[in-house]
Amino acid sequence: MEIGLTHFIIAIVTTNKDAVSSGSSPIFYAKDEEHLNTICLRISKVVRGMVHEVDSGTKLVIKQ
Amino acid sequence: MNEYYILIIPALIMGTFSRVTMMKSDYRQYPTYPKGYLAHFTLGFIAAGLGAIALPALIEKEFSAITFLALGAQHFRDVRGMERQSLDNIEITEMVPRGTAYIEDIAKTFEARNYMAIITALVTSVIVYIAIVFSIQSYIAVFIGVLGGLGTHFFIKNLIRGKEIGDIAEVKEAEISFDGPMLKINGVFIMNVGFEESRNIFLKKGLAVEIIPKDDNAIAYLSNIGQRQAIQHNAANQLGIRKDVDEPDFTPIARRNSDNGNIVMGIVLMRPNINALIDVVKKTPLLESSKQKPLDSITNLKYRENKI
Repeated sequence: MEIGLTHFIIAIVTTNKDAVSSGSSPIFYAKDEEHLNTICLRISKVVRGMVHEVDSGTKLVIKQ
Repeated sequence: MNEYYILIIPALIMGTFSRVTMMKSDYRQYPTYPKGYLAHFTLGFIAAGLGAIALPALIEKEFSAITFLALGAQHFRDVRGMERQSLDNIEITEMVPRGTAYIEDIAKTFEARNYMAIITALVTSVIVYIAIVFSIQSYIAVFIGVLGGLGTHFFIKNLIRGKEIGDIAEVKEAEISFDGPMLKINGVFIMNVGFEESRNIFLKKGLAVEIIPKDDNAIAYLSNIGQRQAIQHNAANQLGIRKDVDEPDFTPIARRNSDNGNIVMGIVLMRPNINALIDVVKKTPLLESSKQKPLDSITNLKYRENKI
């Protein structure tokens, strides 16, 4: 049986430090849009999560 | 005892035949794995045996034999459990899961097919017996019995044949678009796709269909989540989905348009072909567990009578 957290924000990745403050999930600050996508891709591949866009410059990795 | 062989053997053959013909190898490829064939052939043979010896036992006034039928029924309920468990076990290995409702439906079908073998065998032996009572020659009696068994087989087969999505709804091509990161199909929001690349793949290779229910009962059928999972599974399984386990972006999702009850589904296939997708969706079986007839409820009937 596979046990894991689902529907849970695994990571928040943003280029805008003002948009996201503290929270229950780790926050990754990216330099620019390209860096943001790279971080999201790497995290999502590790946890088999899906990347969702909240706002331009802020994305979430969520395990569905 | 020997005079009963004329009842038992044709009945046994007809009952087994009834079970074997239902093991057709189609797109579901289930239970037609080689080992599954043997397991279900044997169970079908046992079921036919139970049906075939019921009448000779009654003629011999062995009324306790009926308890064996009860035992058989219990056994075939276990067949349902066995199928359910086996499909549940492999569920996590499926790229797009079948869903519990589809599994339950498949398991029920397996149970029902064994009862079909019992009834076919029983009817065959009863007809042969009646023919012999009327002093018809034994080979003609067997012939009539076989015809009766065949009739029973096709009658039950027709009776348990379920409907398909195409019977209750129209399926049309739908349009995929993006509103920022939000994937939309015919204006219905489906999901948030964060990667630009995934969005491009959706726009380039994605296909979408809209399932339009024909009446209010069909709206209720299609609202069932298990039914939608079955559609997703069939489409992904038969047409080849373009996805791996670490790409949840391309999981097919069927969503309901809350305004009119239509279902929209988007999918990314290896070889996109909209006509094939429409065909597969139309041929998805309508699950027994999703069947509902709200139009036949007392409230609805009363309401409609007052309205008309």
